[in-house]
Amino acid sequence: MQKYKKNINLLLGAGILLLFFGMMVVSYFYTPYDVNSMDIPNKLQEPSKTHIFGTDEFGRDIFSRILKGSQTAFIVGLLTVAIGAFFGVLIGGIAGYAGGLLDEVFMRIMDALMAFPGIILALMLVAVFGPGIINTSIALGIIAIPSIARVTRSGFVQQKESEYVTAAKLIGVKPYKIMFKHILPNISSQIIVALSIAFAIAMLAEAALSYLGLGVQPPDPSWGRMLKDAQSFLISSPWYTYAPGGAITLLVLGLYLLSNAIRDIMDPRSK
Amino acid sequence: MFYYLRRIFLLVITVALVSVITFAVFQILPGDPVRTMLGTEADETQIENLRNELGLNRPLYQQYFDWIGGLFTGDLGNSIRFSMPVSDLLMERLPVTLSVASMALVIVVLVALPLGIFVARRQNKVSDVVLSSVTQLGMAIPSFWLGMILILYIGMNVDFFRINGYIPWSESIKGALSTLVLPALTIAIPQIAVKFRYVRTAILEQMELDYVRTIRSKGLPEKLIVYKHILKNALIPILTIFGLITAEVVAGTIIVEQVFALPGVGQLLITSISYRDFPLVQGIVMYITITVVLINFIVDMLYSVIDPRIRLR
Amino acid sequence: MLKRKYVLSFILIMVLLTISACSGGSESESGENGTSSESGDGTVATSGGSSNGAQEITVRINDDPDFLDPHHATASISFQMILNMFEGLFIPQTDGSLTEGLAESYEVSEDGLTYTFNIRQGVRFHNGEELTMDDVVYTFERLMGLNGGEKLSNNFDNVESIEAADDTTFVMTLKEPNSNFLYSLTALQSAIVPKSNDGKHNESPIGTGPFAFVNYAPGVNLELKKHEEYWEDGLPYLDKVTFAFQSDDQAAVMNLLADEVDLTGVPGHRVPEVEGTYNVTHQNNNSSLIITFNEEKEPFNDVKVRQAISYAINKQDVIDSVFFGYATPTGSNMSPAMGDYYLDGLQDVYKRDVEKAKELLTEAGYPDGFKTKITVSSHNDIYSSIAQIAVENLKEIGIDVEIEVVEWGIWLERVYFGRDYEMTAIDLTGRPSAYEVLNDYVSTNDAENFFLFKNEEFDQVMADVLRETDREKQIEYYHRAQEILNEQAAAVYIADYQILWGSKQNITGLKSYPFWFHDMKEVKFE
Repeated sequence: MQKYKKNINLLLGAGILLLFFGMMVVSYFYTPYDVNSMDIPNKLQEPSKTHIFGTDEFGRDIFSRILKGSQTAFIVGLLTVAIGAFFGVLIGGIAGYAGGLLDEVFMRIMDALMAFPGIILALMLVAVFGPGIINTSIALGIIAIPSIARVTRSGFVQQKESEYVTAAKLIGVKPYKIMFKHILPNISSQIIVALSIAFAIAMLAEAALSYLGLGVQPPDPSWGRMLKDAQSFLISSPWYTYAPGGAITLLVLGLYLLSNAIRDIMDPRSK
Repeated sequence: MFYYLRRIFLLVITVALVSVITFAVFQILPGDPVRTMLGTEADETQIENLRNELGLNRPLYQQYFDWIGGLFTGDLGNSIRFSMPVSDLLMERLPVTLSVASMALVIVVLVALPLGIFVARRQNKVSDVVLSSVTQLGMAIPSFWLGMILILYIGMNVDFFRINGYIPWSESIKGALSTLVLPALTIAIPQIAVKFRYVRTAILEQMELDYVRTIRSKGLPEKLIVYKHILKNALIPILTIFGLITAEVVAGTIIVEQVFALPGVGQLLITSISYRDFPLVQGIVMYITITVVLINFIVDMLYSVIDPRIRLR
Repeated sequence: MLKRKYVLSFILIMVLLTISACSGGSESESGENGTSSESGDGTVATSGGSSNGAQEITVRINDDPDFLDPHHATASISFQMILNMFEGLFIPQTDGSLTEGLAESYEVSEDGLTYTFNIRQGVRFHNGEELTMDDVVYTFERLMGLNGGEKLSNNFDNVESIEAADDTTFVMTLKEPNSNFLYSLTALQSAIVPKSNDGKHNESPIGTGPFAFVNYAPGVNLELKKHEEYWEDGLPYLDKVTFAFQSDDQAAVMNLLADEVDLTGVPGHRVPEVEGTYNVTHQNNNSSLIITFNEEKEPFNDVKVRQAISYAINKQDVIDSVFFGYATPTGSNMSPAMGDYYLDGLQDVYKRDVEKAKELLTEAGYPDGFKTKITVSSHNDIYSSIAQIAVENLKEIGIDVEIEVVEWGIWLERVYFGRDYEMTAIDLTGRPSAYEVLNDYVSTNDAENFFLFKNEEFDQVMADVLRETDREKQIEYYHRAQEILNEQAAAVYIADYQILWGSKQNITGLKSYPFWFHDMKEVKFE
C-alpha cells in the first residue's frame, strides 16, 4: 500500500511537472492566439470553443497567456532556486563544516532572515531592485537562502564526523574538496527536496508579489499578475480567476508531490 | 540559567539584526517620502519645508540612531505619511491583525490536532490517502486565490458573512465574527493541510517505540494508549510546528488583509513601504519580528520545561 | 507530570487568545479617552444614516489626506474632503467660474495691480469666533512666510504687499497684472484660517466652511459635523459627514451594496450591478489622460514623431477597455467640463490612422520606427493598462516600446521631477481655472512642465491672457492655446475619464466640479 502510494506521488508529481514543462516548450513555438494582441470589442468573453479559458479585459486569449505564463513561472522558479541553492549551499556548507564562531554568525543572520516574514523582505527588496522577472527572482532567491542553508548545514554537521570524512582528512584532502566532492553528494537528496520546496514557495511568492502589484510586470504574462487582474472582475466574470489560479495550484502541487516522493525514496527510514 | 540567558541574548541579537537589515534596505531604496506624499501638485518650496520639518535632511544614519534612542524611551517616532506617532497607528491596527491571526491559529489547532490523531490511528486506510491528497492541494493553493474563492462561494451566498471591512469587537461580536471568519479560514486552510501531517507523523513515530509496544502488550485500550501516552510524548514535535506556524500566520495576514480589505497592520505595512515611511516600516517590522521571535522563544522554553535534556544541547 | 504538559499547551493557546482579547479591549479604552483613534466608528462599517432618517452620510474616498492643514495640503485627494471645512475669499463653482465667498465684494484698479476686498461680516469659525481682518491678514502672512514662518506657497510670489485698510477692507497689490489672480484666492490655495488656532491647523483644523472637524483616524476615516453657525442660512443639511478610506475600488462597490457607504466611485464594468438600485451619475473630471514624451529627447523633439504616435494610438480602445466607455475624448489639456473655455472638435484631429502615422514617421526620418520605453506608475492599474494598449498600437508603425512599471514615489522622482524618461502615461489633475489647466505642465514658465514642451507662440498666448481683462478675449486666447497644443501634439490626448458616482437614491444635492471636490454643502437625504 505504502509503496503504491509512493509511486502515485512520483507519477502524479512528475506528470504535472512534465505537463507544464511541455506547455512551456510549446509556448516558445506556438500559442493559439498571439499572447499580447488585443481584441477589445471581444473583451471578457466567457470560456467557449474559440477561447477555452475565455478572454481578458483587453480581449486577449487567456489560454494562450496561461501557456506563455509557464515560461515566466519556470524562469522565476529556476532562477530563484539557482540563487537560493548557490548561496544557501555555500553558507550552509561553510557554517556546518567549519562550526564555531563562523557557524554561529552565519546562522544568526539566517535566523534573522527567517524571523522576517519572507513576503515583507520580498516587498522591500522588490522596491529596491524594481519589479520585473529577473529582479523578482533575485528577491525571491535571497529569501530562499536561509531554509536551504539550514538543511545544508545540518547535513554537513551530521556528515563531518563520519568515517569517510575523517579518512579523507587524514590523507590530506583539501577542505573544499571534502566539502563539495565528498559530503555534498551524500546529502544531495535532502538538498534536492529543499530545492523543490523552494521552487514551490517561489511560485506562491511570485504570485503573491504580483498580486500586490509588484513582481512581474506587463506585458509579460504571469499567472499571479493575471489573478490580480482577474480580481477586479471577480463578481462579473468569476471564471477569469480559475485558469491562472488553477495553473499555480497545479504546478505547486506537482512540486510538493515530487518532493515528497523523492524524500520517501531517498530516505528509507520513512518507508 | 546560562541556557536562558543565552537564548534571551540571541533573541535580542535577532531583533537587532532585523532592524539593521530594514535600515540597510532603506539606505538604498529609491523614492522620496515627501514627494510621494505630496504628489504632483507640490512645489519645491513645500517639499523642502516639509523635509526640514520632518528632519529628513539629516543623514539617514543619524535618523536611525535617533530612532534607536527613542526606542529605549518607548518612542517609536512619528509616521511621515500620517504625521502621528507610530505607536498610535499600530495600536489602532493591531486588534484587527491579532484577531485574524489568533482566530486562524485557533482554527488550525482545533482542526489539525484531532485530524492528525484521527489519521494516525487509521493508518493505511482510505481516509489517509484521501486526506493526504486533499492536504497537498490545500498547501498548493495561493492564499489570495483561496480568499477569492471563499468570497465567491461563501461570502456572496451566506448572509452572515461580510466580505470586506472590519467591525470592532467592542461594537458587535457578531459583526466582528462576520468580518473575521473568512479571512481567518483563508489563512488557516493551507496551514491545517501542512500541520496535521506533522501531527500524524509525530504520533506514528511514537507508536513504533518500544514503550508503546509494552503498554499495548499489557492490553490497554487503544484509545487510552493514544490519548494518555502517545500524545504526551508527541507534544514536543507538535509544539515546534505550532511555533513555526505563528510566523506564517502573521505573514499570511499581510496578503489576506488585501483580499478582504481589512484595515490591519499588513495593509499599513504595504502603504508605509510605498510611501517610504521609514519610521512606520521600522515600527511594523519590529512588531512582527518581535511577535514571531517571542513566540518561538516561548515554545523553546516550553520544551525545556517538558524535556529538560534539551537545555543541554 | 502528565497534567503539567497538558496545562502548558493549554497556556500557550490561552496566551494567544488573551493577546487578541487584550488588544480588543485597549482599543475601546482609547476610544473612551478620546485619543486620536476613536473606536466606535473605526471602520467603513458604520452604516449610512438614511435607514433611520438621520442626515448622516458616509462617503468613500480612495486614500488618506496628506494634511488637514489646508496650507500644507497639496494632494488633490485631500481637498476633495477638506474643502468642506474651509473657504477662501472666493468660491469656485461647478462651471469653472468664481463667486464671492468670504470677500463680499471686490474691486480691481485700472492698471490691474490693486485688488480691494470687502470682507464678509458675521461669519463665524467652527470654534464660534467671528472672522476678523486679523485672520485674513494672518492667513496671507502665513502663506507668504511674512510672520516668521517659512513660505508655504509660491502662489503669491507676484504679490507686492498686503494691507488691512480698515476693519473690513483688505488690499492686495501685485507686482504684475494677472487676470487669473482671483483663482489663487479660493480655499484650494488660500483657505482663511483663524489666527487663534496657530500651530494647531493640522491636528485640529478650524475653518469657516459648512462642516467642522471631529476626528481623523489614519487609514480609517475622517469625520466632520455640521457647522451650526454657518453663514449661509439653512445650510448645510447634513448633520454628519464621514469620509471612509478604502483604496480598493472593488471593495468599495461591495460597501455600497452592503449599505456601508452612501456614496462611492464605481468602476465602469460594475455599473450593471449598481444601476437601478442606486443612482449612477457621470462626472467629467476635468482631468486630462495623456501619453506624453520627454520632448527634449530624440526622437520626441520632432513634432512629426509626436503626431505619428498620436495617429497610431487607438484612443477609443483605451476608453472602451480601461474605462468601459465612460470617458470623453479630448484633444488638448482642456475637457468639456470647462464650459465655453473648451474648444470643441480637437478631439477628432488625430483619429486613428495607421497609414498617416507611418507617413509622418517616414517624413521624420524613422521609416523603420525606433525603440523606446514607456515608464508608468503602479499606483493605479489604468496606467499600465494604457501602456499595454500603446505598445500594441505602436508596434503597428514599427515603434518597439518596452513597458517599465515603477512605484508612484519613483515615478515622481524619476519622471515627474527628474524628467529622466522617454514616454509615460498619466492624468493631469483638473483645476478650476482655465489658465492653470492650460498653463500648468506645458508652459515653459511652469515648473511642472515635465513634458519639456517648448513653443514660443504658446508661451506668448499664455502671457497675453494674463494681461487681458475681457472675458471674451480671454476665451479666444484659451482657444488658440488649445489649438497649439493639439497641432504640436504636445502629448497624445486621450480622454477626460469620468468618475461614476454610485449613490443611494434618496440622496440629492450632489454637485460635480471641474476638480476633485465632494461638496456636501447642499446634500441631503430626502
